[in-house]
Amino acid sequence: MTMSKKRAIRKQQDSNQEINKVRNRFGLGLLAFMILIVLWEIIARFSGWSVDIFPDPITVIISLGELIADGTLLRHTVASLFRVTAGFYLAIILGIPLGIFLGRLDSMRYFLNPVIQFLRPISPLAWIPLAMLWFGIGDPPAIFLIFLSSFFPLVVSTTVAVTNINRTFFQVASNFNFNSMEMMTKLILPGIMPEVVIALRITVTIAWLVVVAAEMIAVQSGLGYLILDSRNALRMDYVMDAMIVIGLIGLLLDHLMNGIGNRESTRWGTASGY
Amino acid sequence: MGHIKIENLTKIYLNRRSRPRSQFEPDDCTDDNVLVLNDINLEFEEGEMVCILGPSGCGKSTLLRIIAGFEKSTYGKVRVGGKKISGPSAQSIFVFQHSGLLPWMTVAQNVGLGLRFMKDEPEKENKISEYIEMVELEGFESYYPYQLSGGMKRRAELARALAVNPDLLIMDEPFSGLDFLTHMKMREEVVNMHEFLNKTTLVVTHDIDDALIMGDRVVVMSGRPSTIKLIKKMEFSRPRDFERDSDLSRLRSELFLMLGVPYAV
Ligand SMILES: Nc1ncnc2c1ncn2[C@@H]1O[C@H](COP(=O)(O)OP(=O)(O)OP(=O)(O)O)[C@@H](O)[C@H]1O
Ligand SMILES: [Mg+2]
Repeated sequence: MTMSKKRAIRKQQDSNQEINKVRNRFGLGLLAFMILIVLWEIIARFSGWSVDIFPDPITVIISLGELIADGTLLRHTVASLFRVTAGFYLAIILGIPLGIFLGRLDSMRYFLNPVIQFLRPISPLAWIPLAMLWFGIGDPPAIFLIFLSSFFPLVVSTTVAVTNINRTFFQVASNFNFNSMEMMTKLILPGIMPEVVIALRITVTIAWLVVVAAEMIAVQSGLGYLILDSRNALRMDYVMDAMIVIGLIGLLLDHLMNGIGNRESTRWGTASGY
Repeated sequence: MGHIKIENLTKIYLNRRSRPRSQFEPDDCTDDNVLVLNDINLEFEEGEMVCILGPSGCGKSTLLRIIAGFEKSTYGKVRVGGKKISGPSAQSIFVFQHSGLLPWMTVAQNVGLGLRFMKDEPEKENKISEYIEMVELEGFESYYPYQLSGGMKRRAELARALAVNPDLLIMDEPFSGLDFLTHMKMREEVVNMHEFLNKTTLVVTHDIDDALIMGDRVVVMSGRPSTIKLIKKMEFSRPRDFERDSDLSRLRSELFLMLGVPYAV
């Protein structure tokens, strides 16, 4: 075998494992961040705005160190993550079963769908006054708002996913005498998994958007509160620190959800042929 | 067990009206009701391989779905093994016209579907690999259906059906979409398996040569509303070759004619 042939095979193996691609992709992403920071520095230096109005990257990073060192940032981040987790899990626990139920029972779907479609486009933020009135201040109203933001999209996506399962598979199930437990574990759950994972990925982002907004109103902790509090103290560098952490965590959440989506047994739906 | 008797079977599909009934229409207007099967009488013996031919859309799949219990007849009786069918069951396994493999299960898991009540794990594993070997898919046990070619999917589904050891095997165009050589090989495999296991097998096909080579009995259906045009017991010895056997080649021309093609090309 000639040298060049070997190299060609090697090259294909590399690209099969997507090592090169991933390396390139990661590098490109990082480059965009660098450009962003450079632009930021340029604007800060030449716009004529003072540090109090438009802090430069170095100031922001130094103050980020301060917030990390005195534990403020960790406390607020944990508070926000707790609220998102609680509200999001609540939405999953109630929304996915309801979605399956509506997907399986036509009459219930015709009964409830109009109401769900009516409630869904109302922004969770519109519920803030009522949430505060009903649940007081503190965690409950914030968790309720997160729950609302994720619940309706999850119900709708799950319902659609169930109705989209190929009818042939239900015939296969009855042909092989599936009981109702097996219908759930061997047919419905795996059948809706690819679509539900996509829905989870989208809703977790929405939930993260909403928690920050909710924390500006109802609570005394969390990254949203940190932004509001820093603004009142005219510390724009802290505001930017909070924004950076919010962005990083959003990136992380999306990455985690993507990880679930890439697992073999949930990926069948995106593969060709089905 | 696998004896099938069909009496006066009629199937009408009621289609939902897209527009309201006009006042000029008579009340018994049946424009939107599709009469698919019209008074079908058939009887198949235990262990027979029956090939069903007919023009597209005539109701072959519908007939099979009724026999499998997926759908109810409008009139008439269908008995399998002397019993009226009450619904789908593992006694009659259906091989679907478009793949019926569950896409989230591997080949081994799919084949194991009919064996999942077996208590003895090692024996179950043995059974699964036995059937996978039977269709020559060894090495692909842990593949998902999307990783298989069309022919491999077909074979996996066949293995899954055979593993159940059903009284009745129902195949809706099992060779459609296969290339010529795979088609030939699969056909041979099905014939061999039938010789070996002797299950009552119903095969819908649009290929006259399939029917001539495989069938213990050939049934020809007319276009919709469908009636039975021909039921013929095939007493030819196997392997069959319609180029040598003049009776067989005469039957072939007859079937071509019956299905609306004047010359056996
Ligand atoms: N669920 C249904 N509702 C209404 N009409 C139907 C339904 N299923 C089938 N039909 C009609 O019944 C007729 C027969 O359909 P069927 O699928 O049995 O045909 P087929 O003989 O298997 O055709 P092909 O060889 O093309 O597969 C068709 O005209 C079809 O439009
Ligand atoms: Mg058909």
